[in-house]
Amino acid sequence: MAGDPASRRRAGVLGGRALSIIEGFVEPTLRLPRSEYLKIIGHCYDGLPDEACGLLAGRVQPGTNVADGRVEVVYPTANADASARTYSVDSRDLIKSIRAAEARGLELIGVFHSHTHTEAWPSPTDVRQAMEPSWLYVIVSLKDGDPVLRSFRITDGKIQETPVVLES
Amino acid sequence: MPVEVRLPTILRAHVGGAPSVTVEGSTVGELFNGLVSQYPGLKGQLITETGDLHKFVNVYRNDDDIRYTGRLDTPVEENDVVSIIPAVAGG
Repeated sequence: MAGDPASRRRAGVLGGRALSIIEGFVEPTLRLPRSEYLKIIGHCYDGLPDEACGLLAGRVQPGTNVADGRVEVVYPTANADASARTYSVDSRDLIKSIRAAEARGLELIGVFHSHTHTEAWPSPTDVRQAMEPSWLYVIVSLKDGDPVLRSFRITDGKIQETPVVLES
Repeated sequence: MPVEVRLPTILRAHVGGAPSVTVEGSTVGELFNGLVSQYPGLKGQLITETGDLHKFVNVYRNDDDIRYTGRLDTPVEENDVVSIIPAVAGG
């Protein structure tokens, strides 16, 4: 999970990520209820060998277009690409999730997807296709024994990591 | 007939910031042609050079993805809402 000094040093390495520059952690902190965290991880493993994806719903801070960071509900969705290298949220699942969130007084605040063999860091494809500057982009890496979940804002091609907190 | 077209955040700058615009047409294709002629900044964002729906946008007539209802030939009626929602994708 994000936040420990080792992950900050890893986050600071440019290496193959020359597209983006890290300037430290930004708000909002992603706050994940344990039940929703387990939904995300379960869906990612269920999706193997392909990448899995789903949508995050929550609330937006009044007067802004920035989420308050708490994920109220996770909507697992189908990966229409059915690929181990790319994902796209099935268009029918997308509209269903939007309506389900609206019915609960929520809105979509982000998306999660898995990296089956690479680290929990936005790929060049992730950066290129990030269309929502206010969203949280959550990536789950399954490459090691334990899943690694990290959260990012992606704006104007720039990656900024956000802290992550698990709530009971 | 006039139909409301809802736009995603990333396209609103091209229509002066409005979250939706009302356009005339009896199919989704006609609505989009009307949109582009009114707001030239939208050219190429919705429809490709070959006249197909861009794969990076999802378009819904009410809650139905138009890819399943006739694509740009999908007929629209007066109280329909056409929503343009960017594809959520990556790799």
